[in-house]
Amino acid sequence: MCVLFVLPASIICQGCAGIPRDALSMNTATLEDRQIQTRLFETSDEEKILVASASVLQDLGFNLDESETDLGLLVASKERDATEAVQVVLMLAIAVMGGGTTPIDDVQKIRVSLVTSPAGENGARTAVRATFQRIVWNTYGQISRREKLGEPEMYQEFFDKLSKAVFLEAHGI
Amino acid sequence: MNRTLKVIAALYFFSGGLCLCGCESSKAQVLAVQESQVKLRSMQSRVFDTTDKAKTLRTTMATLQDLGFVIDKADDVLGSVSATKLDRYAVRITINVRPYGETQMLVRANAQYNLKAIEDPEPYQQFYAAFEKAMFLTAHSID
Repeated sequence: MCVLFVLPASIICQGCAGIPRDALSMNTATLEDRQIQTRLFETSDEEKILVASASVLQDLGFNLDESETDLGLLVASKERDATEAVQVVLMLAIAVMGGGTTPIDDVQKIRVSLVTSPAGENGARTAVRATFQRIVWNTYGQISRREKLGEPEMYQEFFDKLSKAVFLEAHGI
Repeated sequence: MNRTLKVIAALYFFSGGLCLCGCESSKAQVLAVQESQVKLRSMQSRVFDTTDKAKTLRTTMATLQDLGFVIDKADDVLGSVSATKLDRYAVRITINVRPYGETQMLVRANAQYNLKAIEDPEPYQQFYAAFEKAMFLTAHSID
């Protein structure tokens, strides 16, 4: 019975509770994140980097949502399966024990914004910064997770692909 | 027969009431402002001693990325940037940049946290603290 009252209250509170203190301020992780998410390219040709970035995002299955080339911006997203084996096993275990069906992660939308900017002396180099995030919906159609994607390896791999694409682009391949 | 009519009438009024509720609340939400318009505008705005709109917009995007946002949209002509931060909660922000007099740019930010507008000065102060560092310029409050 108690659950009936607590559940709506927690949903309402989620809507009204104050904004977390560090939501709009820099913190200790800011610099580290910036390093992980940024790469410098030895060219002043921003357009070339943007074209290469768009093709890498396409290689990775992203669809382009927005672009503003004058400001060096690309925004892309893709929807993918979010099912995790561990959750499926847990759900089955709960069902077998008579706990009924529990929702598990089902679909996710991954979003990325990629921003280029002139860097170095006289803008001789171009900096590229990518930030990824995702929203996960469960099998009941509710949002179960919304988070930034921060794994350094993921960014490393993304920028490796971008470096290759810039090279290919430069050589007309 | 009479009873059926009563039931139909009750249902009719009930659904009408529901509809009215919906209309009233959507209108209230579209035009909702908790704070006074002038106060809100001044807490959300700052003036910078530059006329470089493109640089201001690029710095806006860089600051937002520093703060963990993913940019949703940017428009060079309108001078606007929108972005979303997801960290269990969701914060959406729109920044608008426009010339202010001959020598300055006016920057205005408005943000929402989950389902509520941020109408407290502190988050905006934090944002502009980060922004002025990235701009290498001091943020002036508007009068």
